[in-house]
Amino acid sequence: MIVFDHVSVTYPDATAPVLRDVELSIDDGELCLVVGGTGSGKSTLLKCINGLVPHFTGGTLSGRVVVDGRDTQSHRPRELADLVGYVGQDPTSGFVADTVEDELAYGMESLGVEAATMRRRVEETLDLLGLSDVRDRPLLTLSAGQQQRVAIGSVLTMHPRVLVLDEPTSALDPPAAEEVLAALTRLVHDLGLTIVIAEHRLERVVQYADRVVHVPGHGVALQVGTPREVMASSPVAPPVVRLGRRLGWSPLPLSVREARAEAAGLRERLRERTPARRPQPPSAAPVATLRGLAVTYGDVVALAGIDLTVAPGEVVAVMGRNGAGKSTLLNVLSGLTRPDSGRVDVAGAAPAQLPAADVVRRVALVPQNPADLLWAETVRAECAAADREAGVAPGASYALLGTLAPGVDEEAHPRDLSEGQRLAVALAVLLARRPPLLLLDEPTRGLDYAAKDRLAGIVRDLAANGHAVVFATHDVELVAEVATRVVVLADGEIVSDGSADVVVTASPAFAPQVAKVLAPLPWLTVAQVEEALAG
Amino acid sequence: MVTPAVAVTRLPRVLHPLAWWLWAAGLATAASVTTQPVLLLLLIAAAAFVVSARRAVTPWSASYGAFLRVAVVVLVVRVALYVLLGDAGGKHVIVRLPQLPLPVGWGVRLGGALTAEGLISAIEDGLRLGAVLVCVGAANALASPARLLKALPGALYEVGVAVSVAVSFAPQAVVAFGRARRARRLRGVDMRGLRALRGLAVPVLEDALERSVDLAAAMDARGFGRRGGVPRRTRLTATGLTVIGLLAICAGTYGLLASGAPAALGIPLMLVGAAVAVVGFAVGNRASGRSRYRPDVWRLAEWGVALCGAAVAAAYVSLAHSDPASLDAMSTPLQVPDLPWPLVVVTLVAALPAWLAPHVPRSAANRRTTVSVARAVEVTP
Repeated sequence: MIVFDHVSVTYPDATAPVLRDVELSIDDGELCLVVGGTGSGKSTLLKCINGLVPHFTGGTLSGRVVVDGRDTQSHRPRELADLVGYVGQDPTSGFVADTVEDELAYGMESLGVEAATMRRRVEETLDLLGLSDVRDRPLLTLSAGQQQRVAIGSVLTMHPRVLVLDEPTSALDPPAAEEVLAALTRLVHDLGLTIVIAEHRLERVVQYADRVVHVPGHGVALQVGTPREVMASSPVAPPVVRLGRRLGWSPLPLSVREARAEAAGLRERLRERTPARRPQPPSAAPVATLRGLAVTYGDVVALAGIDLTVAPGEVVAVMGRNGAGKSTLLNVLSGLTRPDSGRVDVAGAAPAQLPAADVVRRVALVPQNPADLLWAETVRAECAAADREAGVAPGASYALLGTLAPGVDEEAHPRDLSEGQRLAVALAVLLARRPPLLLLDEPTRGLDYAAKDRLAGIVRDLAANGHAVVFATHDVELVAEVATRVVVLADGEIVSDGSADVVVTASPAFAPQVAKVLAPLPWLTVAQVEEALAG
Repeated sequence: MVTPAVAVTRLPRVLHPLAWWLWAAGLATAASVTTQPVLLLLLIAAAAFVVSARRAVTPWSASYGAFLRVAVVVLVVRVALYVLLGDAGGKHVIVRLPQLPLPVGWGVRLGGALTAEGLISAIEDGLRLGAVLVCVGAANALASPARLLKALPGALYEVGVAVSVAVSFAPQAVVAFGRARRARRLRGVDMRGLRALRGLAVPVLEDALERSVDLAAAMDARGFGRRGGVPRRTRLTATGLTVIGLLAICAGTYGLLASGAPAALGIPLMLVGAAVAVVGFAVGNRASGRSRYRPDVWRLAEWGVALCGAAVAAAYVSLAHSDPASLDAMSTPLQVPDLPWPLVVVTLVAALPAWLAPHVPRSAANRRTTVSVARAVEVTP
């Protein structure tokens, strides 16, 4: 169906090709998963399939990409639209119409599909993706999961033979991600579509894939094979795979179900032991205290009756579905949002009433998109500006960046860095003033496994140095790695608050993979298991 | 006896957006040629009545309130400007404000005598501007501009897309601006000086650029701009004819509305323009390889609504050309103006669409509850 024949791609101004001499052939009806670190060329590989590379992005493509007999060199993306459906990373930026139905019909209108056929296909797609309840809603009022499904539906109505998806679940909470993936597996099984999907969070998709393509980056040859073959050696792997590899299980488990079947012996061995706990921080005067907090936006209650204290050395994970009030809680702690009622105390003052310069000495918030915080042309200029703002010795921020993420290019534009490096620069800039409280909003969005491990290390070090860290996240694996405490929000209220291992193992929706494999034993991470088996 | 054709038109459905905009344009035209406060208030009332009767529950229909508020602000500003800078015409001085001595040669004065004549004419003028705004707001509430753009003929399709993308830029820029401001606060930087402006403008522009590149890629990937074998010459002919026709209509409208311009020039120019545009649309529709999903239909009710607007506009404009004085409120000398009674009756026609237009269907969610209520009613004897 899709054939890459000696394909190399070089972007303008780049010294080395992103993809070098790629040989790949994807069969009709396959679900092909593309994995690799950030910046490895996954997105480039995907964009080659519908001709966005090189027709839209520029750069040179040598070799041939042929989809169902059509060569992308001679066919522009619009001429492949009836054959390849492409959904980019951010679905909202690709919306053309303003209501669900019109968005679904847009592509068909461009193709000149007959009116009666369009009507029928829209109805079918609404049913297939479970969108019929929201058919006449404006797109901007939908939830993130619904928006992603509309984006998929909007290319499905053109009846493509191939569907290409770039990180379709990265912005979604676990239930919404399940919705989207369930829809995709239905498409493969019921309609026989060929699907090519790039994803960072392998734990969500690897068990559904027929084939995995590992893109190592730096022009190194691709690794292609069945999920088990590739996962046996891939540096990016979900926790069940790492557990299986560590224990030499064969065949290698790809899903929790498969791992549980093989883990009976392990559960027996671990039954008498207790996992090594991160030391609970010594009790000290709290850095932040919230009492009876309530926040409303118009007649929407975002938070109500919140009581929370955060002590130095604590790492608190705030979880809950999209719209549960996680970001609002962080905004209140950072003084961006003024509460309607209740008391907020951060390092001895109410942050919303302080001038900005005083707030940042008490609390630092890294927003969902860390690039918002950076507006200089180079990393060095950014760090120098941070030094001046903080009134610290010149070079202090850059030195801090060196410890957070070694090897960030001084002269690079912040927008050109990888997601992980950008996050590190934003952290360095904010931490120059040594605030006792650090807040992170969805810090793992767009991070690959390596960057996530580095972030976990940074957070643990900060906590060990007496910082308190509060982060909002959907990423249960990060919570298992670093959190000492978990707060679960639902509809603006705290529904559970306790130590990480208790809260996380109590609910299947928030349990990390290792906990699911070893349930009912309270083990959360591969590292804990390794430590116990080694000791 | 109810014939089937009439029964179909009376089913609840959404009226063609062009019908609503034509009706509103007619009312706005009428409002723009008169300063008679009674007539203006009648026009405003007619527009408000139709909106309350036939408005669908959509996010943009809430904008009607915003238009009303802007209209009030316009009225207040107009009167305030008169109080500050007004001219000294009229004999009935209400109050004499302290006047700032300015050189006579400037032609401007600050403060001074405030006359009843001047005040009334300022109010009437503000009311006229307000009425035009209310009419535009009514069209906006009854049929969003986005739907109007979608009803554009094929030859103008690209223009419509460009406009709707440009329109969506504003709300996105507001969001990006808010994010940039929050980010500055998170960096602990006070918002002052040129550097602050740069710090705000750069992220907003970068955001907009990134979005537009993404959108362009997404549109290309979904087949935007496929020509499907239409010869270039045909496309150019269609676009050229359409644009020339629309320009002629604009010029004709100006000739009709501007007092002093000969009406004899206005009407033929409009008719010729409309004919040329229709030919352009026809060529364009045949040439474009696109199809349209659930196009709005134009039936009897649409004719009715559009004709109501046209009738009102025609009555006002013809009177403005034959007897301009009757449409002026005549604040000097001060007197209660005569009402042109036939025009009052004609103005009532503007409210007819409240009955002529079919009911607005409820959204899917509401429909289900209505059905279940109906069933419950059927079950209970």
